[in-house]
Amino acid sequence: MQSFHDFMQFVFSGLTNGSVYALIALGFCVVHNTMGIVNFTQVDFVSFGGMLLYTSLFALGLPMPAAFVAAIGGAALAGMAVERIGIRPSRTDNHLVLIFLTIGLSIILRGIMKIVWGKNRMAVPPLSEDRPLHILGATVLPQILWILLLTLVAVAVLAWFFRCTSIGLCMRGVASNPAAATLVGLNVNRIKALSFAIAGGLGGLAGVLITPITTLSYDVGVLLGLKGFAAAILGGFGSFPGAILGGLALGLLESFSAAYFSSAYKDVTAFGVLLLVLFLKPNGFLGRRGH
Amino acid sequence: MNRKDRILYFIWLHRTGLTIGALGLGLALFPCFQDNPYILGISNLIGIYLIITIGLNLFIGYAGQISLGHAGFVGLGAYGSAVLSTDMAWDPWLAMVLVALLVALAALLVGIPTLRLSGHYLAMATLGFNIVIYTVLIQWDRVTGGPSGFAGIPPLSLMGVPIDSEFRFHYVIWPLAILFLTLALNLVRSGLGLGLAALAQNETAATSLGIQVSRAKIQVFVLSAVLASIGGSLFAHCFNFVNPHSFSIFSSLELVTMVVIGGLGSVWGSLFGTALIVLMPEYLEFFETYKDIIHGLILVVVLTLFPQGLITGLRYMARLKIVQRRKRANH
Repeated sequence: MQSFHDFMQFVFSGLTNGSVYALIALGFCVVHNTMGIVNFTQVDFVSFGGMLLYTSLFALGLPMPAAFVAAIGGAALAGMAVERIGIRPSRTDNHLVLIFLTIGLSIILRGIMKIVWGKNRMAVPPLSEDRPLHILGATVLPQILWILLLTLVAVAVLAWFFRCTSIGLCMRGVASNPAAATLVGLNVNRIKALSFAIAGGLGGLAGVLITPITTLSYDVGVLLGLKGFAAAILGGFGSFPGAILGGLALGLLESFSAAYFSSAYKDVTAFGVLLLVLFLKPNGFLGRRGH
Repeated sequence: MNRKDRILYFIWLHRTGLTIGALGLGLALFPCFQDNPYILGISNLIGIYLIITIGLNLFIGYAGQISLGHAGFVGLGAYGSAVLSTDMAWDPWLAMVLVALLVALAALLVGIPTLRLSGHYLAMATLGFNIVIYTVLIQWDRVTGGPSGFAGIPPLSLMGVPIDSEFRFHYVIWPLAILFLTLALNLVRSGLGLGLAALAQNETAATSLGIQVSRAKIQVFVLSAVLASIGGSLFAHCFNFVNPHSFSIFSSLELVTMVVIGGLGSVWGSLFGTALIVLMPEYLEFFETYKDIIHGLILVVVLTLFPQGLITGLRYMARLKIVQRRKRANH
């Protein structure tokens, strides 16, 4: 029975990390679909969300729900600022240049966070009380349930947004064909800003949810974000269901390989599998053929 | 043509060779005027990084590919040399050559499947490679010494004389750096170099012209990995100590910054970019806190204003101004 308890423990741990990877992967997908670029600053939205939560709770003294909203909103605003100040002024279409541009912006964001909040690791309280529950034999922190629940909510909201609201449909239009969208009269610039805001919000949410577990620092988002990127590629870059599946799959894979294979080489397994997928099926599981 | 014109023409025709000669002469005489070991140490560091960025620039700048994980190759070179020359007491030069060959093999094995990818897939693959190497360097502590690093690496020696001072090291690193600089300048003017420039613009068009695109990409990838490995080995023998944190993805980003600032596709630009990044902390005292922001800002500003890289962009602007002035003079 103990091994079943352990197994459930690993499942929960995998689903937890997997949900966070899925949120980050969705952030990458939204920007890629509307702007065609890979936004390396996504990793910093994650750290930024955690930082804002910390400041809202301790410097501003807000209660947890308000701090939660403030953190996500702040991250979304940061996303819009990055698009407006960093990306829009550069009028290049060259993918190489754009990738390096977002890398530069990411370095700047990390530098700002390092200056404002320092280099130390900080502790952030979880959303609700920290008394562990026992589910199917696994010891589960309430934060884990919040992560799973809020990820589901976020995915549902995104799905509703892109299917049922007119702005969402506009974004899908721009993603499909920016030139045609301009011809039809859509404000492409505003939509690009909005896509970055959504990506920022998703990253911020991921940060707010996971940093109570991993502790917070200015670069906590980097490895998480890279794994989120890997998850997006795993599921097929640009596909929303792919991002979610890829995230959960990567989380579970990581958890099981750490448990049953080697926990020291956990990162090696995650990126090793990624490399394998890239070599064998570059478009991922649900990706579009012929990139 | 009168005498003066003939001399100017000679200089213009042989400008690359003359510049290298002047640079070599200047570097040969440099320690005679400046024997402060700290300053020589910095110039040696520039030399080591230059070897790495020459290779990386050929890959990113000329072939138009992306590598965000080259610090992985540098780390392999450094640790490979460290382990072979310390634990197995190999001659450091022999170790450097063997490690470079092994890294070439690794780059071939990694490159063949990876270079079929492009854009962000390639970026992610190289990042993943770097993270794998970094994690192994930290976790395999029985061999690598783990996070605390690997100490006690013997220095190089030439004909029985150990190269253990910055002064002596200067005369080992810079001839090598100038050698690789010359080889790179030669390469970009050769058929392979022109082929790389072509495939950077448009792979389909390049293929239609008969350029073997995937073979060229792999060749330049392996070359850049070998140069990175040599740089890593020299790093290990210069400082007699290596630790994994020097070979993380952040170091890869620093290398990329050096290449991009210098000029994607300008071999001389690599020298400028490397020197700028290495010298910056020395001249700006408040640098330490703002280092990331400054690096990132330089990257963003250069890419926004000069998407081809700083040196290439400035050269282009200069040429444009000259042509415009000539046109105005003729009217």
